[in-house]
Amino acid sequence: MSHHTTDYIGKPTNRVDGPAKVAGTAKYAAEFNVPNLLYGYVVSSPIAKGKITKIDAAPVLALPGVHQVFSHENVPSLAWLDRSYKDDVAPGGSPFRPLHDAEIKFSLQPVALVVADTFELARYAASILHIEYEEVAHETELAKHLDEAYEPGRGKTGYKPPKSRGNFGKGWKEGVAHMEAQYSHHAQHHNPMEMFASTVEWLGDKNLNIYDKTQGAFNSQQYVMKIFGLSKDQARVISKYTGGGFGSGLRPQYQLFLAVLASLELQRSVRVSLTREQMFSFGHRPETLQHVALATAADGSLTGINHVAVAETSQFEDFTENVVGWSGTLYDCQNVELGYRLSKLDVFSPLDMRAPGAASGSIALEIAMDEMAYAAGLDPLEFRIRNYSDFDQAQNLPYSSKALRKCYAEGAAKFGWEKRTAEPGSMKDGNLLVGWGMGGGIWDASKMPATVKASLDADGHLTVSSGTNDIGTGTYTIMTQIAAQSMGLPLEAVTFVLGDTTLPQSPLQGGSWTAASVGNSVVEACSKLGEALLKQAQQMDHPAFKDAKIEDVEFANGQLRLRADDTQAVVLRDLVQASGEPKIEAENSTVLAKLEMLKPPKYSMHAHNAVFVEVKVDPELMTVHVTRVVNAVAAGRILNPKTARSQVLGSVVWGISSALMEESVMDHRFGRYMNHNYAEYHVPVNADIHDIDVVFVSEEDDKVNPLGVKGLGEVGLLGVAAAVANAIYHATGKRVRDLPVTIDKLL
Amino acid sequence: MNSFTFTQATAVADAVQANAAHDDAAYIGGGTNLIDLMKENVARPTHLIGLKKLGLDAIENLPDGGLRLGALATNADTAWHPEVEKRYPLLNQAILAGASPQLRNMATDGGNLMQRTRCYYFYDLATPCNKREPGSGCSAIGGYNRVCGILGTSDQCIATHPSDMCVALAALDTTVRVSGPNGERTIKFEDFHRLPGDQPERDNTLEPGELITGLDLPAKGFEKNFSYLKLRDRTSYAFALVSVAAALELDGDTIKDARLALGGVAHKPWRDKEAEAMLVGQPATADTFRRVAAKVLAPAKGYGANTFKIELAKRAIVRALKQATEMNQLVDTDAFQNSNP
Ligand SMILES: Cc1cc2nc3c(=O)[nH]c(=O)nc-3n(C[C@H](O)[C@H](O)[C@H](O)COP(=O)(O)OP(=O)(O)OC[C@H]3O[C@@H](n4cnc5c(N)ncnc54)[C@H](O)[C@@H]3O)c2cc1C
Ligand code: SF4
Repeated sequence: MSHHTTDYIGKPTNRVDGPAKVAGTAKYAAEFNVPNLLYGYVVSSPIAKGKITKIDAAPVLALPGVHQVFSHENVPSLAWLDRSYKDDVAPGGSPFRPLHDAEIKFSLQPVALVVADTFELARYAASILHIEYEEVAHETELAKHLDEAYEPGRGKTGYKPPKSRGNFGKGWKEGVAHMEAQYSHHAQHHNPMEMFASTVEWLGDKNLNIYDKTQGAFNSQQYVMKIFGLSKDQARVISKYTGGGFGSGLRPQYQLFLAVLASLELQRSVRVSLTREQMFSFGHRPETLQHVALATAADGSLTGINHVAVAETSQFEDFTENVVGWSGTLYDCQNVELGYRLSKLDVFSPLDMRAPGAASGSIALEIAMDEMAYAAGLDPLEFRIRNYSDFDQAQNLPYSSKALRKCYAEGAAKFGWEKRTAEPGSMKDGNLLVGWGMGGGIWDASKMPATVKASLDADGHLTVSSGTNDIGTGTYTIMTQIAAQSMGLPLEAVTFVLGDTTLPQSPLQGGSWTAASVGNSVVEACSKLGEALLKQAQQMDHPAFKDAKIEDVEFANGQLRLRADDTQAVVLRDLVQASGEPKIEAENSTVLAKLEMLKPPKYSMHAHNAVFVEVKVDPELMTVHVTRVVNAVAAGRILNPKTARSQVLGSVVWGISSALMEESVMDHRFGRYMNHNYAEYHVPVNADIHDIDVVFVSEEDDKVNPLGVKGLGEVGLLGVAAAVANAIYHATGKRVRDLPVTIDKLL
Repeated sequence: MNSFTFTQATAVADAVQANAAHDDAAYIGGGTNLIDLMKENVARPTHLIGLKKLGLDAIENLPDGGLRLGALATNADTAWHPEVEKRYPLLNQAILAGASPQLRNMATDGGNLMQRTRCYYFYDLATPCNKREPGSGCSAIGGYNRVCGILGTSDQCIATHPSDMCVALAALDTTVRVSGPNGERTIKFEDFHRLPGDQPERDNTLEPGELITGLDLPAKGFEKNFSYLKLRDRTSYAFALVSVAAALELDGDTIKDARLALGGVAHKPWRDKEAEAMLVGQPATADTFRRVAAKVLAPAKGYGANTFKIELAKRAIVRALKQATEMNQLVDTDAFQNSNP
């Protein structure tokens, strides 16, 4: 294969959206200063359960510049059925409807929206709005409601209960070494830097441009269309830049509903942005309580795995995630018993958060694996290698590819794992205790149908578009790389456009599937465009291309040319100009992709990682620092090592955060998260983060999808928190099973 | 946040007068605490008096060998002032252990003394809090009190004063200079902040309308043997769970003079003069330090989520005194912080 200067795939290309973000020209949802804008401020419930008995809006409405106070008392009649409030990723149940009735279902529930001429006035007016409540007892403590935990139904949400196999009881008895323990971690809120906001531009006659913070413009569009009875044309949703999502933008948040409501009612443009405190008022990573029991035979092979989790959900929806399923896949074992239950509490429904389920499950499984390794007298890495799964026993399928062995080998080599001495407290650096721990994980390599349009104009500029999102993952960049390489154009000659419901339909950004879903569709759309261009060349009576088939030509140097004789070439720009049209366009078809989704899979398709962590612990003060991390990732083809590395770096930082400091702390007497600001919701600062080494092991996979990519927005997080906890054990001999491992738990 | 009017004062007398002329007036220094409190509706002043043009931002040597910090000098300028770095390195360390560079650039020395507690409930209007609303109850007792105090608490309030800078100022025997409707006066640092008792709404002994104009440091700066040790939930940009300002004067291995102040444990920077006296004449050994630590924490009371602070404070005292003795401070947090500029 010949090499071209436009072979961008696999190169560490800089972010194409970087300059706009750094210069501040990239606009976020709350930054569209459309003319005549009104500002809405949300009033949040101080109680967790009960009902509103009185709203005294008159004094607020009397303030000059206040336009309206929306509450359940004056909301017009809207869509009636639950169905209309269900977004694409709504769990089973009955979705929360903002301002629907007097009932309070969770603390910080939006109870009113004050709309005024300025943000400051709206905020002040909201602060003096007098609302009376009748409180009733709430229940928010998961540990007190384990008895009521139930197995969620399959519903229509695609949730599959975890599958057990073999006979765990038998496996447990066969084992010569055992471990059994309970693990827990607390709720976490996504807290992207950018707070949720929607700017709704009223264009007259219920035509709206909706600038929304979301991970899926089409999801937001569907939601408002159904609730407010708008057509697609009336509800255009635009979301070009997203200041972080981590899953929080998968579901439309209530500011979208409120902004659209106010705009339609007042026939004005309206912006509603949430406060940091209100960022604690919706979906979050649910608290889970987990139990793991493992048994091994004399040779260290696992004879039984038991992993059960109980998670919180709201009173109105069954939020489910795959917490324990991974434990039936990651290691080889005949006897696996898995369980997953929910308990209903007076909180908002949890929501997918980066590596949903797996991040929580891997905390328990990977600490348990460490405990088991010690109980069996084996090195934790050696123990995992002895239980390596070469065949997916859970799905009963071969892996499309699995380079986890390489992750173990290359990660361990880079880290220097062989120098580890097993005894806790046996490694030192001066006064400090040194601990080395490891963990790892597995994540789905998914692909969804996505439509992409490729359009070449008469200047030779290629615009590729799809209504997907870029939540900071690098989508703009990698799609530009793929398109440029596909059409043999320099990066500067290609623009990738996203985040607009007038663009071809694409799934929301989540599940680490965008690179595979949209990336492969970009290839398809470009190849269709190539066919159209060849056809055009043939129409121009270009003798060299007369009988050429698409396999006979290539796109390079801004030209269409014969593979056999690259002097036979035509400039792409000329093809468009000769067509007499302003551009030549092509769109991929999703028919095959949709059919594929209906077929049972032939392979188990997963990304994997292995992570090695060093901590240093002060032996008296018990302060912990994560001084070194090596994260080896197998995620198929790496489209852009630079953006890919950033994804994994961010994952590692989050893992350290989960291990040491991050938690939403609830005071159950109030049913309210108390540390609802950035000063007290602790995530690492630069000084907490030291060496992080990201290793991408080579993993070729021609089965997972044509590009061979698996996506890596999430896999890098797995096992990190557990590895930190394991390293702390290795340093101190203290096994902490309730994360985060704050200083008080080590004293 | 409510509407407010604003005066930019250019003389101390004008500032004091403007304050007296308005109900619910407040001075504003860097605004790093006050504006947050206003946004949360915890503070609702109707008139703000800007202090930045008072010309009180100088840092000057005093005839008695001490140093005067203008109340409007920023925390950053104070920490990095050559006289402070050279003669009061304990103060330099304490200031730099607090907040973030951006905040320290804005925050003033007077404002630092006056900053309010970080008790979660104080900031959340949905919960009772005696400090915010006298008589409403203390939510921290029986609640999430990880950040609250263990010494000098009352059944009305267990909040802490969150400052780092003030812990060093307390250890250094600073004098607070104030101007008010009744003229000028000075307040000894140990008398400035108060314990909650049955008036938790009062953080300090300043009278209504009084303005802090400066802080006088005495000549003795303990620049040879000192340590500010801050333990917190992350390496930077977090308030102290426990902090210790330790300053020693040594004669060989024997302690001639000692200062010990704790942050994050009480409604005021916590000094125990009896404990300090216990150090004097003793050898600077771990044994001595442990006895003193036990003495300081003897009256401590835990409230559940914060009970761990008792043990943590003991260990921190021992470590801080050891660091002050050996002056090899590159252990733990500082070491990691320094390796990561
Ligand atoms: C996120 C965050 C983290 C922080 N972390 C830390 C930390 O780790 N350690 C730490 O020590 N501090 C920390 N701080 C607090 C910071 O040090 C204080 O906010 C700051 O010192 C206050 O100074 P200011 O000038 O901004 O005060 P302002 O906000 O202007 O005023 C605070 C109060 O003081 C009054 N006041 C101001 N000047 C005078 C005066 N001259 N006379 C009388 N009254 C006056 C005001 O009326 C007001 O009531 C943090 C702050 C934030 C926001
Ligand atoms: S400790 Fe003080 S500040 Fe905190 S809730 Fe109680 S009264 Fe309020």
